[in-house]
Amino acid sequence: MSLHTLTVCQLRDKIRTGEVSSREATQSLLDRIATVDGKVKAYNWLNDDDALAQADAAKKDGALAGVPVAIKDVLNVEGQPCTCASKILQGYIAPYDATAVRKLREAGAILVGRTNMDEFAMGSSTENSSWGTTRNPWDLTRIPGGSSGGSAAAVAADEAFAALGSDTGGSIRQPAALCGCVGLKPTYGRVSRYGLVAFASSLDQIGPFTKDVRDAALLLGVISGHDPMDSTSVPRAVPDYVAALERGVKGLRIGLPKEYFIPGMDREVEAAVRTAIRQWESLGAEVVEISLPHTDYAVAVYYLIATAEASANLARFDGVRYGLRVKGDDVIDTYGKTRGAGFGSEVKRRIILGTYALSAGYYDAYYLRAQKVRTLIRRDFEKAFAKCDVIVTPTTPEVAFKAGEKSGDPLKMYLSDIFTISVNLAGICGVSVPCGFAHKLPVGLQIIGKAFDEETVLRTAHAYEQATAWHKERPVL
Amino acid sequence: MPEDKGQFDVAYVAHLARLQLTDAEMTQFSAQLQNILAYVTKLNELDVSNVEPTAHAVPLTNVLRKDEARPSIERERVLANAPESARELFIMPKIVE
Repeated sequence: MSLHTLTVCQLRDKIRTGEVSSREATQSLLDRIATVDGKVKAYNWLNDDDALAQADAAKKDGALAGVPVAIKDVLNVEGQPCTCASKILQGYIAPYDATAVRKLREAGAILVGRTNMDEFAMGSSTENSSWGTTRNPWDLTRIPGGSSGGSAAAVAADEAFAALGSDTGGSIRQPAALCGCVGLKPTYGRVSRYGLVAFASSLDQIGPFTKDVRDAALLLGVISGHDPMDSTSVPRAVPDYVAALERGVKGLRIGLPKEYFIPGMDREVEAAVRTAIRQWESLGAEVVEISLPHTDYAVAVYYLIATAEASANLARFDGVRYGLRVKGDDVIDTYGKTRGAGFGSEVKRRIILGTYALSAGYYDAYYLRAQKVRTLIRRDFEKAFAKCDVIVTPTTPEVAFKAGEKSGDPLKMYLSDIFTISVNLAGICGVSVPCGFAHKLPVGLQIIGKAFDEETVLRTAHAYEQATAWHKERPVL
Repeated sequence: MPEDKGQFDVAYVAHLARLQLTDAEMTQFSAQLQNILAYVTKLNELDVSNVEPTAHAVPLTNVLRKDEARPSIERERVLANAPESARELFIMPKIVE
């Protein structure tokens, strides 16, 4: 029996009733990984013995009892490496659990391995990884998206029942769209960031990759909640996200922002999204046109704010307390040599850009101005949500591109995140769900919700998923 | 936003960031960042004179906790990741003579 194809909820129920053991499920998954990961390269690190030992010790109750979950290589899991796909963290072993990881453990999950990513979550293709590029399971010549490309590819290829990722400008939703799985970015403050290696602290958020919307709701409920270890996590009750799924979309107002249906976007992608919108209408939802007039400025705002925050956050990688050290003539030389040898190109480029945006004489012109335009983008959403309950857009303007296609042109790569970035700037929530294929590659549908209204976002996604079968499509590997 | 595109000095900024770059990286980054900075000047199209900046999307201020001693990660486990350590300390190149 191919247990690895089950969803989290299906597997959890089988483990609860004693029909299968966590060991059997974990072994089935490890076998699947051994069979296909040579092609997909979703994982950076696995330890079969450790995973099976966790499975044997797994409790029988708990929301995720006995279910293996993969973790993006940017979240600390005690006793496992955490490299952020960077040479600068080679050899680092996490001495503690991230809060989201601890909550998974407490719910009974097995922490099966570490998934590949763009170095320090900086990228849209998982090509910026010291471990090599992860491949899109639908077409191995193409990228899986990024930065959480390993998590997305692993779930899509049945190499993971579910995975965690992080989303700073689309790093969960974009790879989920390109690989054909569900990817949820919660509202900023919903999930504790404690133990997540920081990229851009005002934008980063942890979220799940799953095979269907029900699993996303289940995992969100597990990892959410206030945490004294993260002062930006919000003290707010965690609703029953799974129970909220069944409420339907009758009377729901779906906003379509005209700025997201632009000339030049892939016609087949647009057609898939338009078909999905008609599906909701047939289920009783109402479609209204809205405007998010500052959309065109989001990429510029993001690449100033995110790089500025990154340049400060990555100052900690100096060869003193952990990771690589390259000795120089004195301490300053040691810092420079260590960071020069340890960071890859994209990370260096962003540190330079962010340092420049924050440097004397340029702060007001770049960083402060970007923060002001961020306010305008937030207000766009506030105004739009007066007219609708959720906003629907394509997750990406095009399907997965070829490996190497954009790696030589950073600006071109940055523009591939154009539809996901605004959600992070506004601090609200969004999910990407599969809505068909274009050029034989998955297309993602993005559903954006108000701050802390994941219930409505998930319910909208679930209603669509119940009426269609796209989420059941799997790549042949 | 400054229009003095010729003055972007990668070497100076790299020094501020304590990041040693090769000559090839300097040349490449200089051209690429010039291109990105030209792109972000589109923010100049907007009048933001009466707009407050957003530093954080969620308005939480002054989150405080009691100043109480609590257990933390054991010292050996922290030092186990250090490139160089001795006698419960991180070893660093000499900073002052």
